[in-house]
Amino acid sequence: MANETAIEFVEVFKSFEAQPVLKGLDLWVPQSEITTILGPSGCGKSVTLKHVIGIERADMGKVVVAGYDMERIRHSELIALRKRIGVLFQSSALFDSMTVKENVAFGLRMHTRMTEEEIAERVHVCLDAVRLAGTEARMPVELSGGMRKRAALARAIAMEPDFILYDEPTTGLDPNTSSVVGDYILKLQSELNVTSVVVTHDMPLARRVSDRVALLYEGKAVVQGAMEDVEASGNEIFELFVQGRLG
Amino acid sequence: MSRLLAFLGGQLAAFFIQVFQMFCYGVQCVTEMRHLYLYRHQIIEQCYAVGVSSLPLVCLISAFSGMAIAIQTAYQMEEYVPDYMVGALMVRSVILVLSPILLGLVLAGRVGAGVASELGTMKVSEQVDALASMAVDPVGYLMLPRMLAGAIMVPILVIYSFLVAILCGFAMSMIKMAITPTELVKGMKLYFEVYDVFVGLVKSVVYGGLLTFMGSYKGLCTAGGAQGVGRAATAAVVISSALVLILDYFLTHALLY
Repeated sequence: MANETAIEFVEVFKSFEAQPVLKGLDLWVPQSEITTILGPSGCGKSVTLKHVIGIERADMGKVVVAGYDMERIRHSELIALRKRIGVLFQSSALFDSMTVKENVAFGLRMHTRMTEEEIAERVHVCLDAVRLAGTEARMPVELSGGMRKRAALARAIAMEPDFILYDEPTTGLDPNTSSVVGDYILKLQSELNVTSVVVTHDMPLARRVSDRVALLYEGKAVVQGAMEDVEASGNEIFELFVQGRLG
Repeated sequence: MSRLLAFLGGQLAAFFIQVFQMFCYGVQCVTEMRHLYLYRHQIIEQCYAVGVSSLPLVCLISAFSGMAIAIQTAYQMEEYVPDYMVGALMVRSVILVLSPILLGLVLAGRVGAGVASELGTMKVSEQVDALASMAVDPVGYLMLPRMLAGAIMVPILVIYSFLVAILCGFAMSMIKMAITPTELVKGMKLYFEVYDVFVGLVKSVVYGGLLTFMGSYKGLCTAGGAQGVGRAATAAVVISSALVLILDYFLTHALLY
């Protein structure tokens, strides 16, 4: 039996300066599973993620996250919800004026009453989970692309979130590092039992980590379901995407 | 003709949208004041960046502008007024006009552009989104501390500028124009009013808040990568400088008449 719904998009429309990006998106993300949103560049994948954290608001339609209607959510509820969500941004988005330790500790310092010793312990655990122990004092600029992604992942899990959103986690990484990032997505999923949403156009990653996939094309989810079902569906657009021929 | 009207209409609409956005950011800053304790480290950090780091520059421009105003006052007035009036005129010019405006303009360049490019870079590299996703309000965390630092530190810099400009102006008057210290102090005592200092400080509080607000606003609204960051920094400097001069007229009018 499928898990309960954690995130739901119902007929969502979103435009930027009269340029439509989402054109009636319907999407369903079950709890405690990894759902991958696939699609060519510019099809609205990252915009979809931003709706989940309430950075973008739908022009029309409904976005429901953890039972909250994002159109009607109160400010205090949105703050509480965001504390339950960890995000790995496409560009890592580490605060470049802070050390790795300060980056990972940021949420803990802002939202918890943990002592400095407890924060240091938690930071160490998170960095150890992504094999970055010992880099606490380094600045983001001193890290390689892969290390920055992992440091950002450590920051995303520091608050022990219920949801982890990955925005293009392997973009700009070499195949080996991409594979390592895939390992961490699976590892964190099994250890933390979170609801994960991975936005990517990296098919090998999607095949490896996904419980479910949805293919976004021209602002809509043209196909969604379990990875094997979608691959067996013979959906023409999905086939073209897999072959790299989707314009 | 219709194209021109449409263009002008579009520009006007964009202007009012920007003004409305600024108003919203301003309101958000005020509401975020209740979390001031949470942002205490940022406020201290920004006070250092706006105030302490600007001291050498302020010292340099104040010294030279004080000396220039001393020479100019003596040149314009020496045939018509007694020597002690040079000190009086110079002190009032420095306190009422020169230091607040000069610092407003210089800090619009140094601090305003710095804030706009720093926040603009954070915006285009998704760091601002990262803050929001971590349940931290970017306006409260980034804009409010900078605005407060501007409103607190610019008046302190202006007081410092008063002292440096007046001392250097006096020194120049003594060395170049052979006006005695007794004459200068006599003139200063005769015409000095504490209210003038109050006016100078009110102006500097407004300019300090304004230039950091404008820098933060332009930074947080940055779009379009490195080019967008450059545009934001330029816009922050140009708008802040123009507003400093425009507001100076209104503040002078309101406070002195």
